[in-house]
Amino acid sequence: MGTKVKKMMFILSKATIENAYAAFVMANGARMEGIESEIFFTFFGLEAIQKKKMDNLHVATVGNPGMHIPTMIGGLPGMEALATKMMKKEMEKLDMPPVSEFIEILSDSGCRLWGCKLAVDMFHLEEKDLIDELDGILTIGDFYNRADQEGCQIVFI
Amino acid sequence: MKKVIAQTEINVNEEGYLTDFAQWTKEIGTEIATDYNIEMTDRHWEVVKWIQEKVNEGAALSIRGIKKSGVIDIKSFYALFPGGPLKVSTKIAGVPKPKSCI
Repeated sequence: MGTKVKKMMFILSKATIENAYAAFVMANGARMEGIESEIFFTFFGLEAIQKKKMDNLHVATVGNPGMHIPTMIGGLPGMEALATKMMKKEMEKLDMPPVSEFIEILSDSGCRLWGCKLAVDMFHLEEKDLIDELDGILTIGDFYNRADQEGCQIVFI
Repeated sequence: MKKVIAQTEINVNEEGYLTDFAQWTKEIGTEIATDYNIEMTDRHWEVVKWIQEKVNEGAALSIRGIKKSGVIDIKSFYALFPGGPLKVSTKIAGVPKPKSCI
């Protein structure tokens, strides 16, 4: 089966909750199928691995047609918090864990978690700001080099 | 469809999961495990038993559920049943393949 996926590698560049969960569910789903998985957190995606910020990610209510909230209303104070609260409630019903617990599950499942060196430097982050489960800080070149076998897929989110 | 495992004819679906739990025996579980190069130990059986109990209660299995199980942690679960632990352990346990994404 030469076409079978062997390793799924995700680059998470956004801090919105729906993007972070998309990366987490796909990376975890890969591990559940016996497929290797890794996530490279860059730019705003780094919010998902900062201890102080990870459990406060928001859904985007502005510029997100899928929410069906008019842009002007989506921008009102409190709208984003309200929409996030509602979405978290729905996710809890589906037994979706909060970000910090999801990271723990991913790490325990053998998903490798990497911080982007350039973005970490740009946001002046230190190791102590980041999750304990982090496997290391890499350049994008290092990350590409981890696509070291046939059947690797790199997905940008 | 029918399949002979451990000298017993049993009903399985196209992926090899038992369709009738009443036909399950430990011998059948042991033979399915060998397809995955798993040699069953007491620890494996402990997890399989927990899975069977959960499924018989009508509970949905998930990786998060394993974490909360109190029987095994996620790391050891992956180590015991390599190559997709929920998929493999449920097949050995003679219960349906879980539909969970998490």
